[in-house]
Amino acid sequence: MSYTEGAKQPRQSLSFSQVAVGAIKGLTPRQLARNPVMAVVAIGTVVCFGLTPIAFAQGENGGFALTIALLLLATVLFATGAESLAESRGKAHAGALRQTKGQLKAVKLNAHGGTSSVTADSLRKGDRVKVVAGELIPADGEIVEGAASINESAVTGESAPVLREAGTDNSGVSAGTKVLSDQLIIEVSANPGESLLDRMIALVEGASRQKTPTELALSVLLAMLTLVFLIVVVTLVPMAAFVGVETSPIMLVALLVCLIPTTIGGLLPAIGIAGMERAMRANLVAKSGKAVEIAGSIDTLLLDKTGTITLGDRRATEFANCSQASKQRVRDVAFLASLDDPTPEGRSIIVSAKEQGVDPQLSEEAEGATFKAFSAETRLSGVNLTNGRQLRKGAPNAIADWVKAQGGEIPGDYNQVIERISRDGATPIAVAEDRHVLGVIALSDVIKSGIAEKFAELRAMGIKTVMITGDNPITAAAIAASAGVDDYIAEATPERKLALIREEQASGRLVAMVGDGTNDAPALAQADLGLAMNSGTQAAREAANMVDLDSDPGKLISAVEIGKQLLITRGALTTFSLANDVAKYFVILPALFAASFPALGVLDVMNLHSPTTAVLAAVLFNALIIPALIPFALRGVSVKAASATELLRRNLLIYGLGGLLLPFPAIKLFDMLIALFI
Amino acid sequence: MNDMVAIYALVALLCIPLGLYMAKALSVHPGQIDTIFGVIEKPIYRLAGINSQQTMTWQAYAVAILKLHVGLVLLAWFVFMFQGVLPLNPDGIPGMRWDTALHTAVSFATNTNQQHYSGQAQLSHLSQTFAIVTLQFLTPATGLAVLIAIARTLLMAKPRGLIKGVGNYYHDLTRTVVRVLLPLAAVVALLLTWQGVPASYQAAHQIDMLDPQVEEVQSIPVGPVASMVAIKQLGTNGGGWYGPNSSVPLENPTPLANVIETASLTLIPIALLIAIAVMTGRRRLMVGIGCVMLAFSLVSTSLVVYSERMPNPAFAELAQTAGNLEGKELRFGTDLSALWGSWTTQTSNGSVNAMHDSFNPLGGMVLLMDMFVNVTFGGIGVGLIGFFLYLMLAAFVGSLMVGRAPELLGKPLETREIRWISLAILAQPLIILGLSALTVALPSAAQISNPGFHGLSQVLYEFTSAFANNGSGFEGLGDGTLWWNLTCVVALLIGRFLPMLVPLAVAGWLAVKRTAPTGRGTLPVDSPAFMGLTAGVIVIVNLLGFLPVLVLGPIAEAVVQGF
Repeated sequence: MSYTEGAKQPRQSLSFSQVAVGAIKGLTPRQLARNPVMAVVAIGTVVCFGLTPIAFAQGENGGFALTIALLLLATVLFATGAESLAESRGKAHAGALRQTKGQLKAVKLNAHGGTSSVTADSLRKGDRVKVVAGELIPADGEIVEGAASINESAVTGESAPVLREAGTDNSGVSAGTKVLSDQLIIEVSANPGESLLDRMIALVEGASRQKTPTELALSVLLAMLTLVFLIVVVTLVPMAAFVGVETSPIMLVALLVCLIPTTIGGLLPAIGIAGMERAMRANLVAKSGKAVEIAGSIDTLLLDKTGTITLGDRRATEFANCSQASKQRVRDVAFLASLDDPTPEGRSIIVSAKEQGVDPQLSEEAEGATFKAFSAETRLSGVNLTNGRQLRKGAPNAIADWVKAQGGEIPGDYNQVIERISRDGATPIAVAEDRHVLGVIALSDVIKSGIAEKFAELRAMGIKTVMITGDNPITAAAIAASAGVDDYIAEATPERKLALIREEQASGRLVAMVGDGTNDAPALAQADLGLAMNSGTQAAREAANMVDLDSDPGKLISAVEIGKQLLITRGALTTFSLANDVAKYFVILPALFAASFPALGVLDVMNLHSPTTAVLAAVLFNALIIPALIPFALRGVSVKAASATELLRRNLLIYGLGGLLLPFPAIKLFDMLIALFI
Repeated sequence: MNDMVAIYALVALLCIPLGLYMAKALSVHPGQIDTIFGVIEKPIYRLAGINSQQTMTWQAYAVAILKLHVGLVLLAWFVFMFQGVLPLNPDGIPGMRWDTALHTAVSFATNTNQQHYSGQAQLSHLSQTFAIVTLQFLTPATGLAVLIAIARTLLMAKPRGLIKGVGNYYHDLTRTVVRVLLPLAAVVALLLTWQGVPASYQAAHQIDMLDPQVEEVQSIPVGPVASMVAIKQLGTNGGGWYGPNSSVPLENPTPLANVIETASLTLIPIALLIAIAVMTGRRRLMVGIGCVMLAFSLVSTSLVVYSERMPNPAFAELAQTAGNLEGKELRFGTDLSALWGSWTTQTSNGSVNAMHDSFNPLGGMVLLMDMFVNVTFGGIGVGLIGFFLYLMLAAFVGSLMVGRAPELLGKPLETREIRWISLAILAQPLIILGLSALTVALPSAAQISNPGFHGLSQVLYEFTSAFANNGSGFEGLGDGTLWWNLTCVVALLIGRFLPMLVPLAVAGWLAVKRTAPTGRGTLPVDSPAFMGLTAGVIVIVNLLGFLPVLVLGPIAEAVVQGF
């Protein structure tokens, strides 16, 4: 693969013209048909434009007809513009993520062992490509051979290199990321147009976007309300004629447009797209809109302890001695045994031993020693010094077996010390020298700052948190208690995770979980929201319905918040839109009948200037409220962690009562302004 | 005022024991009461060849309802058309015209009792007792049966095991008639007979007039009136023995009879709130629903009482303080007529003790609004069922506002449910406004009696009353024509079965879905905020749509008359 010059595109910025073009494109009948509310407004616009010349010809108020027609056109354009704006923002984001794609070249491995240079977009699922240090990875895929450090900043924005290796749970790579060292053979996992980013872009593409289930149901509801008001207005004509009241067609169209839920109808697509875009901005790539939506309804979160609740690496916090040795000796032996240990735990033992006053000169003793690395079989590691001393550290059982094998004895208080450390939530690592068990190192998890508050918020929102850990029950209980999760599963296996998900689902709950390994795949697929780490295996990423590009398991909480915000925004703006109707009735009904039945002026509670100004003010309000609410639609309404009762009360107060009251002063103001010009 | 308070107190006092009794009598779980009533019920099941224990799916339940009602309509239609040659016809009343007979059959089979005829003059004893009264028992029992089916499918706070079906219609129907309606109607009938309501199978009494110059004899029709009036009032039926209904002294003879009959209007609908609360364990939810209903009821009743205390516009310039007494019995005055009028429209009953057509325009408008809402207590069973329809809509919006995908009581509300709920709600403006518009657009076909604002109100009232299965009328309308009979049949059928069967279907669909446990994060359906939202949904979705036509009808009439 080679990397062509100038491939990096500037980050796409939003241009007004792009949004405007999108807004006008939204006026095509096919686009409008997707949104019945706006389709009715569009038909009303055409009717008003058609009536304008007739009004002029008959010497009536043609200017009024034209103004209404233009205001209705503006209403439709505001709605299509909102969708276009949301879409542009989403695409700009996705575009920035995929940057160089298409201009990449790849070295494809042929069946007979040869290689050929091809363009990235000709790669098919199952193809294997070779990538060496300094090159960009041409397609999403999984490492099948080799290990390398990779700069994923193009995808995650995080420039610290990450290690990706074949055959581990960190074998997934994304297109556009850069190999910094070594070389990799990668199996391509998606056909062109089917990669994660391609799917994400499809979610923000207004025209081809599939409506999410809730959006679909809400659309049905809005269509029903539109029909109700259509019936109300159409049947009004003969009934008004029966009582000798003449109705102007323009006024009727104005009444209809003001009554149907144009605000939510116009903003609904934008809200949906913006929700996807917010997920994408958090580097969460959803495979469907449904995944983002369902995140809001999650009842139970299965959270991996490591990375979500605690910092990734455990730290040595204590060197505890057994009866036959001193604390210093435990510390010194642990220090020596860990000098060549590359694991994070090993390094933290060195750091901690130094902090607790180990003599740095001591390391000279280890010169020329042979390092015994940790293996899953022995479950211990250590060094054999040149003077014959054998130093070991490892799992308490393994150390006990090792010492016994040497003919040594276990100190009487060994189990007590281990139990105490476990109870505190730390992992005990026993330290032994030759035939003696010296003591135990406490490796403690460090709970992320702020995570306990987060769980309290989640509890306030009625979401149950379950910590998943491979630790033993005692350690798990201690961490669970200090982090404040509702429940925990210790010594968790993928099978237990799966069983737990099924159990929670059987009691009607929606469950979310995080995973990265191949053996997590069944549980990820079973969960209602499965969030895979981008660094995870292909199987995990395939089974999940959301992928986190940052590979941060804590993102699950963000996913829930984004989902909730999406749903609340829809509900709040629906309520607002419906509540607006009350005021509009009080404006338009007196105006509608005023010409042939002036006595009905008593209904004009707002004392508006004239029927013409009243209707113009109402239609103007109806149009302007759409752009005024675009920020709410795009950013989402503000969501605070609170119980459903509080949320409902607050949102009803703001959007229900607010929606009821706001139009009165607003329309009155518009009416006064319009009166100045007429 | 005191008499109104006394009637309220009487209902409040009686509805509690009745509610508790109904919860026991209609409970799913067998009890001692089953042994007692089994004596009557078992032979009925055996006779009808029904396995009352066999549970039905919601589809089977709905089909059973429709089948029975088709049979009942056909039978009643036949009886009305051929009553002239059938027995129990001492006054020699001829058969009904086919369209009036069809309208009457459908009207009574839909618990509406809209009458395009005058009872005592056009129906034989056989028609009244066999056809009319049978339907007056079976139709409220059907509404209640469906409510119970929905309650045990959807509402149980602690469901026992998997819900396989919604219940057995015939079982629910029989139990409701035998255990609730028959005993209660028997008590009320006896009380009314004691107060002087006729109860006999005699022919009309022929009375010599004091002034033979006018007419030599007056024919006073009698019959088994008391038993019919009892179930007419209790069963949210409304169709009386006599044309002018309970304004006739024979049907409503004394102050006490008026108290009994008024209290009977709301008794079962209110007691049902208690019964369902006890049966399902959802006490707070039912209290919330009760509060919304009571609020709607108090607002409506106060407005009607206020309106009728205002003078009749024709007498507005005279110094008189008696209020609007046109079309009212002086025996009852404005308050008791207004109370009855508002309650009869709130409960989908439709019986009257005063002529609604003569109410002041604003009073008449409130009666119309009661019927638009139609879930202020509402008809037996169907009132609460209708309320659930709005509750589902409110739950949809409310769930979104708490950040969850729409659900009701932990059951997901999805596109299929919303589509059908929407259809049921859409039907109301479509039928009422559509038929009203059509009628005024085709004056020659419809033969509207009156022009102007009040004429429009009469048309609107007729279709609203039909769709709401109320049955009362602005009786100035000449409604005994082919046009009115057939258009009202359409309104009656759709207004009865769509809003009743859609919630049943939704309950059936929801029953088999997962149930999310309710907690801090789920929609608090029993909170005041949610009840406020539900009330708001009823006002905005239902009531506001009719505002334009109300402006053209009663509001315009009121404005022209000067208040």
